[in-house]
Amino acid sequence: MDELKIRVGKDNAAESELFFRRALFVLFAMFLALLAVAGRLVYLQVLNHDRFTTLADSNRIRLQPLTPTRGFIFDRNGVLLADNLASYHLEITREQVKDLDATLAALRERITLTDADIERFRRLIRRSTPYNGVPLRFQLTDEEIAKLAIDLHRLPGVDIKADLTRRYPLGTRGAHVIGYVGRIDENELRRLDPGQYSGSTHIGKIGVESSYEDVLRGRTGWQQVETNAEGRPLRVLSRTPPTPGQNIYLSIDIRLQAVAEKVLEGYNGAIVALDPRNGEVLALASQPLYDPNPFVNGIDAVSYRKLNTSKDKPLLNRALRGMYPPGSTIKPLMALAGLDYGVVNRYSPVFCPGFYRLPGSSHKFRDWKRGGHGSVDMDRAIAQSCDVYFYDLALNIGIDRTHDFLDQFSMGRPTEIDLPGEKGGVLPSQAWKRKSYKQSWVAGDTLSAGIGQGYFLATPLQLAHAAAALSQRGIRFLPRVLHATEDPGTRVKTLEQPRPAPPVAVKNPRYWDPVINGMIHVVEGGTANRIGIGAKYRIAGKTGTAQVFTLAQGAKYNAKNLAKHLLDHALFIAFAPVEDPRIAIAVIAEHGGGGSSTAAPLARRVMDAWLLDKYEEAAPMGSSPAPAPAPAPAPEPEPESHEPHGPDAEPHGTE
Amino acid sequence: MNLMDPMRSRMEPNSMDRPEDGRFLHLIHLDLPLLFGLLAVSGLGLVVLYSAGQQNQDLMIGQAIRLGLGFVIMLTLAQIPPRYFRFWSPWIYLAGIVLLLAVMVVGDISKGAQRWLDLGVVRFQPSEIMKLAVPMMMAWFFAEKQLPPRWPHLLGGALLTAIPFILIAEQPDLGTALVVGCAGASALFLAGLNWWVMGGLVGALGAAIPLFWTFIMHDYQRQRVLTFLNPESDPLGTGYHIIQSKIAIGSGGIYGKGWLNGTQSHLDFLPEGSTDFIFAAFAEEFGLVGCGLLLTLYFFIIARSLYMAAYAPDTYGRLLSGSLTLVFFIYAFVNSGMVSGLLPVVGLPLPLFSYGGTSLVTIMASFGILMSIYSHRRPRSR
Repeated sequence: MDELKIRVGKDNAAESELFFRRALFVLFAMFLALLAVAGRLVYLQVLNHDRFTTLADSNRIRLQPLTPTRGFIFDRNGVLLADNLASYHLEITREQVKDLDATLAALRERITLTDADIERFRRLIRRSTPYNGVPLRFQLTDEEIAKLAIDLHRLPGVDIKADLTRRYPLGTRGAHVIGYVGRIDENELRRLDPGQYSGSTHIGKIGVESSYEDVLRGRTGWQQVETNAEGRPLRVLSRTPPTPGQNIYLSIDIRLQAVAEKVLEGYNGAIVALDPRNGEVLALASQPLYDPNPFVNGIDAVSYRKLNTSKDKPLLNRALRGMYPPGSTIKPLMALAGLDYGVVNRYSPVFCPGFYRLPGSSHKFRDWKRGGHGSVDMDRAIAQSCDVYFYDLALNIGIDRTHDFLDQFSMGRPTEIDLPGEKGGVLPSQAWKRKSYKQSWVAGDTLSAGIGQGYFLATPLQLAHAAAALSQRGIRFLPRVLHATEDPGTRVKTLEQPRPAPPVAVKNPRYWDPVINGMIHVVEGGTANRIGIGAKYRIAGKTGTAQVFTLAQGAKYNAKNLAKHLLDHALFIAFAPVEDPRIAIAVIAEHGGGGSSTAAPLARRVMDAWLLDKYEEAAPMGSSPAPAPAPAPAPEPEPESHEPHGPDAEPHGTE
Repeated sequence: MNLMDPMRSRMEPNSMDRPEDGRFLHLIHLDLPLLFGLLAVSGLGLVVLYSAGQQNQDLMIGQAIRLGLGFVIMLTLAQIPPRYFRFWSPWIYLAGIVLLLAVMVVGDISKGAQRWLDLGVVRFQPSEIMKLAVPMMMAWFFAEKQLPPRWPHLLGGALLTAIPFILIAEQPDLGTALVVGCAGASALFLAGLNWWVMGGLVGALGAAIPLFWTFIMHDYQRQRVLTFLNPESDPLGTGYHIIQSKIAIGSGGIYGKGWLNGTQSHLDFLPEGSTDFIFAAFAEEFGLVGCGLLLTLYFFIIARSLYMAAYAPDTYGRLLSGSLTLVFFIYAFVNSGMVSGLLPVVGLPLPLFSYGGTSLVTIMASFGILMSIYSHRRPRSR
């Protein structure tokens, strides 16, 4: 080596010096470079530490919702109407399964798995993370659970998981009041508070389940979990437990509800019974019924189509949403209006020849009684339901004053019951007709309206509410189905207070007497004389028969010759006992024929049950009482689509 | 200004030169301060790897074995007198070039790059050899030339670097090409490259960047540079690495989250947490204090290596030692710079820290050569 060096003749010392200077420069440059890295670290770890800490935490910490348990629903006596049932579903965790097809085949040998189940499952599992369980079958039967439990250890990744499913143990009973919960749909998802509903699958769709959703639901809890980059939860960091939903006690007495539903069986129609002293709904029946249970986890398409396209419209809550011409049930209100406006007094006589003719017209507006009632005063006019008296009265009051007075009974607008979807009916006026029909009001319209026909439409709830207001001489309460709420933990009940509505104002409180007397005489010797017989309490009522079609001028109404769907609607309103009214009721039996023959006896049975505590006798459970005219299910027009009579239409008169 | 006077500092007695101090270590040609630095960094590296590797014992044991192997290689090479390295330099270089060409023809493709040569028994990257071969060749080349080098020699040296650089960049393996290029450039610089020439070269390099961008760089490399300039532009794609890495470092703060307590690394948010991005895992758990210690250790190793280079007996030894030190520095600087978002993502491991074998062996071999050159000096008379 030395030889080599000598041969080249290099100056080692000078080169060494050169290298030393260069090395020193390099060392300094490297020091600066590492200092730059250190500066960068200070920037990240000191100056931006908080920001990166937040980012690291948001990386690893996920919020998981904890779904609260939904409150139960009871009737006013504590009979269970809705609860949550532990149900079991089959779940597969992808990452624990070696051969998915083999596992599915093995499961298929043991339990029922439809192709739809498998297809849905495969769709879901493609979208979900491999360590999350994906449901394969819901609502496993005990037998299926037993079969699976034996072999579960041989099927890794297959689990039976418990969850809570809403259940309505009484099935169809009170379904129109209770309603049901169902899976949250896209529209609801858009308007719901994402915080409260994340983790929830169900929401109240209709009935009490919907209107008291916030009470029943409770508050969603949260837990913070640490997850890894794949999102797999590793441990719980903190937990805010959910607040379970409140239990609800309805004002409904399910025994009375059963009676109302039973007596109405065979008819399409509705019965609404209120406690006039506080507005509590005691029974709210709508026939036909439906079973809410299949709706909870998604009703199958065939059944739903059947329910939805049925001419009888079982899903329609007729008590709130069925709009019917109130017919003669409106007459007590008309009489009161006449007294209040000073158009008549209780003794003013009207001669009824069996028809009414407008001045200067030959057109005959007929009374329901061909021969006429002769000379009638208010009491007799109500008891006998004389149409001519009320044609004359309506004409004297005038339509707009009629409108203003009846508006006080919440006619033509919702009663504001605490159930969703209530309809307001139609309380006609000149302005209303101009707006709705672009036609001017004619005198004939006033006559029709005077006997609850023509454009006039009301819901059974409105009629029951009017009966309640009559019984309390104008004092009104908003109808409601909520009786009390209960904290599920402490079992402390909070009773709901009655919500007063503006009372019906009349100039002289004595005006109520002839009206109520007239209603008593309806039952005692009047059109509903039959139901007064043998009653252990005094009833005030009013029959009504709402016509479905218009008779030609001069033709005679003959029920025997008419198809069922053209038969009149039977109506009856009542309250009892007269001295201390504890129940106000409205009954509507679509195409039931006459109010006195059909509707009034139904009301009597419901009132008997409530006032005499005779639920079993009023409607024996188990055996279906055959209603008087056992009607075959015939195509019927739905009540809301009732065409009001045109101005030329002529009422053939109602009782 | 003692250091500024090379002659004087040379005359100063060095404690390591005296046989009575560390006689045994001197006998087996090991340098104690450097050995200390290497053991400290690799020991710390094992501790960090245990945490970053999800407390996987096998991973750590594997790395420990590899480190042990590295130290054995270092020890072995330290026993070989430098004249053998010098003799073999051109042949190793030539063999490396041949192997690089072979890779182009018959190499295995892995992760889109053709780097591996399968010899039946072992698969290895010929480019790894060039990390040693280029400094050796450059040192060999300039050792016989008059320094500072003249123009033809400069061009010859540049060519010796450019050939392997282009071959490796074509594989493509920008990280290794960068290391090889820097090794050659540092040898040129340490050989006494004229400042003006150097300024001109830097200028030319700047001018060449657009050409480089257009013709040499591959799409994924361009993407890396673009992502480096704006990592948030692609948070789930190429930017994900650097974003998560910065989060890991930044959330570590001054004192760190503590050993085994890193969330970014333990919950798998930090990609490559035990290999190329182990520095981020370290910074998360040990904070600025730990990082400061590690950078100091690296600087200590570099400074000691340069010191040893300065005291090499001849030009070949000085240049080789100096450029090998610079290669080591490039690793440490580029990796820590990229992980902290200071530099674009280049696939270089953190030396002695990152899990993985090939580069570790090369690095330990280079320190073996360093120690050989330093310890085989003739004892100097006082």
